[in-house]
Amino acid sequence: MKKSDYSGQLPPTYDKVSRHGVFPEPTHDETARFNFIASLNQHLAGVSAGNKVVYEKRLKPNFIKEHGRNFENRHEVHRALKKDPYWQTWSALRRNTMEMRQQAGRSVVLRQIDDLNGKAEKLNEGKPTLKLNSEIKSPRYASAVDIHCQVGGYHTELVEGDISVGANYDSGIFVTTTGGVGPGIDGGGRAVASSVKQKFTDFKPKRILDVGCTIGHNVLPIAQAYPDAEVIAIDAGAPVLRYGHARAQDLGVNNVTFIQADVENLDYEDGYFDWIQTTMFLHELSSKSIRRIMSELGRMLKPGGLLLQVEQPNYTPEMDLLEQAIRDWDCWYNNEPFWSKMHGMDTKEIMRMGGFSDDNYMEFKAAADTVDGDVTKPAKAIFEDHGREALWTVFGAWKS
Amino acid sequence: MDRIWSMEIMKKLNIDYIAEAGKKPKGKRPWFLNNPEVEKVLSITMAIAGELAVTRERLDTLERILESKGIMSRDEIESFTPTENDAHERQTWHAEYLARIMRIIQQDREALETSPDMNEAVEDLAKEFTTE
Repeated sequence: MKKSDYSGQLPPTYDKVSRHGVFPEPTHDETARFNFIASLNQHLAGVSAGNKVVYEKRLKPNFIKEHGRNFENRHEVHRALKKDPYWQTWSALRRNTMEMRQQAGRSVVLRQIDDLNGKAEKLNEGKPTLKLNSEIKSPRYASAVDIHCQVGGYHTELVEGDISVGANYDSGIFVTTTGGVGPGIDGGGRAVASSVKQKFTDFKPKRILDVGCTIGHNVLPIAQAYPDAEVIAIDAGAPVLRYGHARAQDLGVNNVTFIQADVENLDYEDGYFDWIQTTMFLHELSSKSIRRIMSELGRMLKPGGLLLQVEQPNYTPEMDLLEQAIRDWDCWYNNEPFWSKMHGMDTKEIMRMGGFSDDNYMEFKAAADTVDGDVTKPAKAIFEDHGREALWTVFGAWKS
Repeated sequence: MDRIWSMEIMKKLNIDYIAEAGKKPKGKRPWFLNNPEVEKVLSITMAIAGELAVTRERLDTLERILESKGIMSRDEIESFTPTENDAHERQTWHAEYLARIMRIIQQDREALETSPDMNEAVEDLAKEFTTE
């Protein structure tokens, strides 16, 4: 065992997470519990790297011996991995960390649920920038299973005016990503905002739409980068919107209106928005909905407007089959039913669904740009915890 | 943090927050090991490992606060040598602690070592005592 396998990179401690007016306050021991789980996740990224050894030394030779050829796709690799005791142990542990993180977050949030709901209500009261609609129901693709084992999804309310699923989501993102998204858990949004500012200096969007915003953590940096823009953030789940709006108000970001809506049927007129953004949203859809949503986004975007989507990288023929199979883990074992299908799609094909031409297609990498001197900025990962790293693929197009 | 106060609020809201915190995510749970019982033990072990880390971190906080207040130094902990009496008490504690943890192995061995009348099956006795 090389020393660097497990000791090369330490996750930041949980006390570095920025607090705001509705943040679930952890006790000393609850903080320590998050520290343990983040460290365990970091350790397991090292364990996961051992799957490569198993693949080269055991799975590949055995497969070639049996079939007279190498693996041809990620599903074949997955079937071989499933029978391997090393992968089984790693998987059992990884599933456990997801469940432990949920328990840890929910136990912090639920013991103070009444207090948190009260704080949110106070921040949200009478504000025209929060528009809820109890007619909107979470679609089946978002509620048939609890996505990434997040108990209650984005929509469940234990009491009236509940924000607990939003608070739980906020409490644990730092842990799942081992601090990679920065103290404000908004690395994805900051990466997009700074990329767009740098790349498209003449772009001055007046109306921006963020689709599937959850708690708004990735739209706030965009709203801050374009303070004169009218920003609309939509989601189907009321608790995450209540939480996200209260969070934004407390952080002093007032140009975002949080709206509960059915993403497939939005009543904005054609060409209403200059910029439409989705961040880690597409993989939580379904084959039918992605078509309908892409077409709706294409319709609402102004000619000359920008559509950008942030995702983990899609599987290209160049990507190692083992990496594809490991990236697929979240699909089969972390309740992300559309993850494998979506990441297997050609991103240009996704854009075509919205009527975008290949000529206008763009793709670039964006990393969570951390604030200068930020102690939480992790060193370059020795082993990528596939599907969790704070380096995203951004793809999209200008509408002609 | 006043836990009793918290329990009262939970009663008012009718939320069993302890059970709710550990609620199963919606969807069928995948199992990875060939023996689900072993996987459950793994799960419990990891949770206990977590709680040990929590305790270790609390102790670390305590030591650092005491040191910062000049009450003790962590070097004193490192260089601490128990007296004869301290050593005896500690080693006794270790022995009791290990015996407690390893109870099942002790009892498994006792089952082999002891005579059949020490190991009668309750099912057999139930039959015997109900047909008398």
